[in-house]
Amino acid sequence: MPIFQILSIIGSVLIIVFLIELVRSRRLKESYSLLWFFIAFVFLSVSLWRGLLEWLAVFMGIGYAPAALFFILIMGLYLISLHFSVVISRLSEKNKDLNQEIGLLDLKIKKLKEWIDGMK
Amino acid sequence: MDILVIVPAYNEGQNIETVINDVKKEAPQAEIMVINDGSSDQTGFIAEATQKATVINLPYNLGIGGAVQAGFKYAKRNGFQTVVRVDGDGQHPAQGIAMVLEPILNGEADMVIGSRFLYSSGEKPRSVLARRIGQKIIGFVLTIISGQKITDASSGFRAYNEEVINLLNKYYPADYPEPEEIIFLKKNNFRIKEVGVPMKIRTKGSSSITSVRSIYYALKVALSLFIGILRNPIIKK
Repeated sequence: MPIFQILSIIGSVLIIVFLIELVRSRRLKESYSLLWFFIAFVFLSVSLWRGLLEWLAVFMGIGYAPAALFFILIMGLYLISLHFSVVISRLSEKNKDLNQEIGLLDLKIKKLKEWIDGMK
Repeated sequence: MDILVIVPAYNEGQNIETVINDVKKEAPQAEIMVINDGSSDQTGFIAEATQKATVINLPYNLGIGGAVQAGFKYAKRNGFQTVVRVDGDGQHPAQGIAMVLEPILNGEADMVIGSRFLYSSGEKPRSVLARRIGQKIIGFVLTIISGQKITDASSGFRAYNEEVINLLNKYYPADYPEPEEIIFLKKNNFRIKEVGVPMKIRTKGSSSITSVRSIYYALKVALSLFIGILRNPIIKK
């Protein structure tokens, strides 16, 4: 087994272990780790089974196998970034709702205070 | 007392008091709600000090859409049947309130836009050329999409009835909501009417849309209008 392959297998396993540790210590949410795990397993499969990359390249009609790897990786990263944009949009929508709610509650508290002061 | 006048204001410390007094004078029966959109100046404080307006202080700046929506939420929760939006920068003289309200009160329209271009007398509105071209394009696109001539799509001087309040407190366009709101309401089969109102040129403070930003603005509006066409209506009428 060539050294490069051994290194890439070790690298892939380390990434997976790191991901598991992140989720285990609650620094990464399960739902947001799925795509990363998927990519890590693609790494691992390609490192373990060298023929896979060649086969994928032929399947996609790409003459140079490493180019297929780059393509798959870039698509993976693209999807993850897009996923983040969706998550951020959702977060900023919720953030906006909370902002408005704070404003409305603040007004309610002020009115309540005035009312209580009036009772005294 | 079922009319709420929403006044979104961001750093309008120099204008807000005049606006409140003006609205109070022209529409004494209405409740005035100033939404202080995270201003870094004294806008909220000054508005409260007039004792003529209810003030919502948003913790940080949301932009006009978020601020107006906060007003709609207040209207919905406190049972207001009619909302009028007047901008906090003083470019909407309060004498126009009665004009935008009329079609709402006699059931002619669900949302009314106060248009500076349909108003004949008074000072002519002047603006940057780039902005004027942008307005023309947006107006043209809107007219085609909505099947109704819209002369002043960027006008924020508007009145809404209860049904529209029920929808807009839940869903409201974010960044440059004026043109998008028209598409959104049209999509949901609401009746829109434009009436002429006088408008003033900004006296103090500066417009939030500078000429540098106007290209970005135009692109964003174009995109949101395009997406707006593709969206499904939320309510069926």
